[in-house]
Amino acid sequence: METKMALNYQGKSQKRSAVEKSINAFLIVYLFILLTKAAVCTTLKYVWQSNPNNDEPWYNQKTQKERETLKVLKMFTDFLSFMVLFNFIIPVSMYVTVEMQKFLGSFFISWDKDFYDEEIHEGALVNTSDLNEELGQVDYVFTDKTGTLTENSMEFIECCIDGHKYRGAAQEAEGLSETDGPLTYFDKADKNREELFLRALCLCHTVETKTNDVVDAATESTELTYISSSPDEIALVKGAKKYGFTFVGNQNGQMKVENQRKEIEVYELLHTLNFDSVRRRMSVIVKNQAGDIILFCKGADSAVFPRVQNHEIELTKAHVERNAMDGYRTLCVAFKEIAPDDYERINRQLIEAKMALQDREEKMERVFDDIETNMNLIGATAVEDRLQDQAAETIEALHAAGLKVWVLTGDKMETAKSTCYACRLFQTNTELLELTTKTIEESERKEDRLHELLIEYRKKLLHDFPKSTRSLKKAWTEHQEYGLIIDGSTLSLILNSSQDSGSHNYKSIFLQICMKCTAVLCCRMAPLQKAQIVRMVKNLKGSPITLSIGDGANDVSMILESHVGIGIKGKEGRQAARNSDYSVPKFKHLKKLLLAHGHLYYVRIAHLVQYFFYKNLCFILPQFLYQFFCGFSQQPLYDAAYLTMYNICFTSLPILAYSLLEQHINIDTLTSDPRLYMKISGNAMLQLGPFLYWTFLAAFEGTVFFFGTYFLFQTSSLEENAKVYGNWTFGTIVFTVLVFTVTLKLALDTRFWTWINHFVIWGSLAFYVFFSFFWGGIIWPFLKQQRMYFVFAQMLSSVSTWLAIILLIFISLFPEILLIVLKNVKRRSARVHHLISSSA
Amino acid sequence: MAMNYNAKDEVDGGPPGAPGGAAKNRRPDNTAFKQQRLPAWQPILTAGTVLPTFFIIGLIFIPIGIGIFVTSNNIREIEIDYTGTEPSSPCNKCLFPNATPCFCTINFTLEQSFEGNVFMYYGLSNFYQNHRRYVKSRDDSQLNGDASALLNPSKECEPYRRNEDKPIAPCGAIANSMFNDTLELFLISNESQSTPIPLQRKGIAWWTDKNVKFRNPPGGKDLEERFKGTTKPVNWVKPVYMLDSDPNNSGFINEDFIVWMRTAALPTFRKLYRLIERRNDLHPTLPAGQYYLNITYNYPVHSFDGRKRMILSTISWMGGKNPFLGIAYITIGSISFLLGVVLLVINHKYRNSSNTADITI
Repeated sequence: METKMALNYQGKSQKRSAVEKSINAFLIVYLFILLTKAAVCTTLKYVWQSNPNNDEPWYNQKTQKERETLKVLKMFTDFLSFMVLFNFIIPVSMYVTVEMQKFLGSFFISWDKDFYDEEIHEGALVNTSDLNEELGQVDYVFTDKTGTLTENSMEFIECCIDGHKYRGAAQEAEGLSETDGPLTYFDKADKNREELFLRALCLCHTVETKTNDVVDAATESTELTYISSSPDEIALVKGAKKYGFTFVGNQNGQMKVENQRKEIEVYELLHTLNFDSVRRRMSVIVKNQAGDIILFCKGADSAVFPRVQNHEIELTKAHVERNAMDGYRTLCVAFKEIAPDDYERINRQLIEAKMALQDREEKMERVFDDIETNMNLIGATAVEDRLQDQAAETIEALHAAGLKVWVLTGDKMETAKSTCYACRLFQTNTELLELTTKTIEESERKEDRLHELLIEYRKKLLHDFPKSTRSLKKAWTEHQEYGLIIDGSTLSLILNSSQDSGSHNYKSIFLQICMKCTAVLCCRMAPLQKAQIVRMVKNLKGSPITLSIGDGANDVSMILESHVGIGIKGKEGRQAARNSDYSVPKFKHLKKLLLAHGHLYYVRIAHLVQYFFYKNLCFILPQFLYQFFCGFSQQPLYDAAYLTMYNICFTSLPILAYSLLEQHINIDTLTSDPRLYMKISGNAMLQLGPFLYWTFLAAFEGTVFFFGTYFLFQTSSLEENAKVYGNWTFGTIVFTVLVFTVTLKLALDTRFWTWINHFVIWGSLAFYVFFSFFWGGIIWPFLKQQRMYFVFAQMLSSVSTWLAIILLIFISLFPEILLIVLKNVKRRSARVHHLISSSA
Repeated sequence: MAMNYNAKDEVDGGPPGAPGGAAKNRRPDNTAFKQQRLPAWQPILTAGTVLPTFFIIGLIFIPIGIGIFVTSNNIREIEIDYTGTEPSSPCNKCLFPNATPCFCTINFTLEQSFEGNVFMYYGLSNFYQNHRRYVKSRDDSQLNGDASALLNPSKECEPYRRNEDKPIAPCGAIANSMFNDTLELFLISNESQSTPIPLQRKGIAWWTDKNVKFRNPPGGKDLEERFKGTTKPVNWVKPVYMLDSDPNNSGFINEDFIVWMRTAALPTFRKLYRLIERRNDLHPTLPAGQYYLNITYNYPVHSFDGRKRMILSTISWMGGKNPFLGIAYITIGSISFLLGVVLLVINHKYRNSSNTADITI
């Protein structure tokens, strides 16, 4: 258990959808019905049999063995027999159909050409088919920023050296040369500082080069391709190249840089202090040709500023903040010269730490910390990360669909905030509530201030929103929108403060605030904090369905944690896509994935589940009622072939086709009107109400089938030649009505009739008729009894039976038709009301 | 733990993702099926389309219902209970076991004449022919004339399988309990004279049963020889090959037997017993008047509180008298029609009225 594999393994429970949980609940109800039915029948059987003339009349004597069986044993076997007789009420075949539907249905996602991305030549990928319908149930969307909302294709925009701004370097390499060309900078820093800065950019990274051309080509003309795990670094190196400093390559620890004068400078790479998300900076220690040992460091401003001794921080700081407001990613660059003696010590420490067997990471960190002090700030860089195509439209659509979008990012608050504005997560009229180190550190005691803020925000929100949470979603459109910004350190303050007395309800207050906000931005998040947030929301009251979308390895934990994880096949490798349930090329695809695919899958599978329970209940209810007329003797109403074939052949394909093809609303309408998504939120189609409706419908229909036929049989004969029908004809009439009703009910529900639907619906009915003729048309040599012989054909020779079958089918479907009409009238009246209120 | 690792492996190894060599064109096919854009008929059930359906159904169902109802009412049917539990009943004497064979006569009057073919049924009540133990107690192979099944009947027939070490033919509880009352009908033409009504024994069973499903065992011409080695059911008086003098109506293919073997659906049932063919002249088959029914009372139903009835009935295209179907059709048709009217009014109101009419349905 101490192996690396086990330690790294993040417990991944199997993801189960809300629909599956509903199925299980329904199953328990039906199991209860089954047990009740069996128990009722067994009890009544023994009550009925207490009269010996009923138990064993002269015409129907028991065998000796039956008489001698123990009564308790007999009761038990009777109970079991009833269970067997009624077991069809548990739709076993539903599981097969559901699995099939999910498996086949998931193909539609990977087939969708709208998800195909021209750049990476790939479409959507489905890694699990279990969660299709969950896509239609999402309440919270957690999205990463970099690479998800944004392109993650970085572009070097500007830099600042010693507080002097350089911009628009895109033109030529002469950007910095004093000789000619328009001066795109306002004033200049010292030339040495400029070069130092650019050298720092060229050296302080982990970029590797790849030459595209063949070896014998001239090295100068060779096209260089940079490869790095971080697109920022590439952008920086490319940026430096534009200013005249080209990183040529790294060979055997020798870093080569071509400077503005086309000279190759060689540096010996002594150490690389790798980037990590805690330090949020990286450093390299190099030795130049002159033998000087220099440390270059670049990192987030907050990670670098405290570690520089420079007095010119202020200028750079202002610059960095301005850049961040514009939505750029900023990095600060610093350097430090290391005396050879010091280097000896540092080198030793580093090697020692690297070799350490225990607590290596901690030791490394300590050494790094030690080394990266007293540096000199040179400047800062600003890199732009463009928003993805249609990111804003997608976010708007998700908002309109009633989803709450949370952005979880590791970036600076200002950067993230401006991105959020750009992608319209925050509107201009959104009132922002900030819970960040900035707002909190004003006060001396952080916690008090935090407490104050939380209470204040809650008051504000509660005041604004009506208490009923149900109208919340609709309320959004009318009320003031709120957005919340929180950063990692504040979040950990909130989450970890539970030890303090009296403050353990921070979390609940915080959650209350979160639930009332339309948009939440969490910045400066560590990867595990992302998962923590997802888990926190997941466990909210009413357990909302969460969806995480991200592209990088740092999003994996949140993708695994949420109900549905979506990976973007981005530039930061495939880890996210591999650990996700679905992966799409771009963030904009989320819109169709949720609004169209998710909605349809949910409606399809919910209908499938309800329909299965429905059709099995009205299948078995007549059989139950028949027990009251056959002395509770477990006499089946239907022939064994019908019992077996009902779920397998007669009624399975139409619902499967429905559950794959149904589009009760067009895909285009679904994507263009996101509000439709709200209609199915909260597992709306599998709640108690619809379940009771279907159950009562089934009970009603089952009763109609049985008693309709019962009253039909209150006559001497149904045929014009006075011949008499027996019990198998009775069962066959019930069964025929059943098969037709159940199939036609589905036909009434089908709103999207492709040729496949026509084929399977009418085909199933035709097959039933054909099979019945066939089954009753032959004296089957391998059967012990020939009870169905010509029963079906004889049945159809009677006009009365035809009339009765048509009548019973119609009566059974009547409530359904009525409901459709009433709904229609209601909708129309609502429209009329709406028109009047809008015109008034 | 092992399970977890598997799950993890699956996740990691799942997609074949080869980022380097994405030369293959993975563009999804642009087919109507794959893009879920198959041409489809998208019916929208609006009030406009459903309302006419209500009217049409009403307009179709009500006439059908009236037709059925009238037809059903024109059917003549008389039912005579001859169980004899009431002390005043002529058959009361037959309830005592010592009185076998027992004959009794019941007088009745036909107020109206019965025209066309008239059918005579016997009806039993509280007789569970649909009891599971009873329903399965038969051997269809034996009844189909299978020679081996004749001598070795199915185990389902227990305890009516063998008697005195001989296989019973026909075996089983159903056959054993075959209805064996004899009913004869006489018309009292005047004070002293009565004419017997000719009752046909043939043509009462399903054609397929008589000709395919039920067959006498193979063998010589003599029916008795074909049933050699078997014994009669315990409750029977005569063996199966002596059920009728007509060889085409004796043995397993005796129609009374076939009718009995088709087990009834409900504990109260009727079975076709005889048919009275229409006379060629213009006289009604059974003119109105006084009749009496001669009963050879053999079949005991008293022990299980059963009842026995004799039914005379004419027939129509829709079978015997059956008020249910007609009434049901009329009711459903009317409801449908009325709903159509109500909905039409509501619909109309919404379409025209501009003021908010609060209609709650």
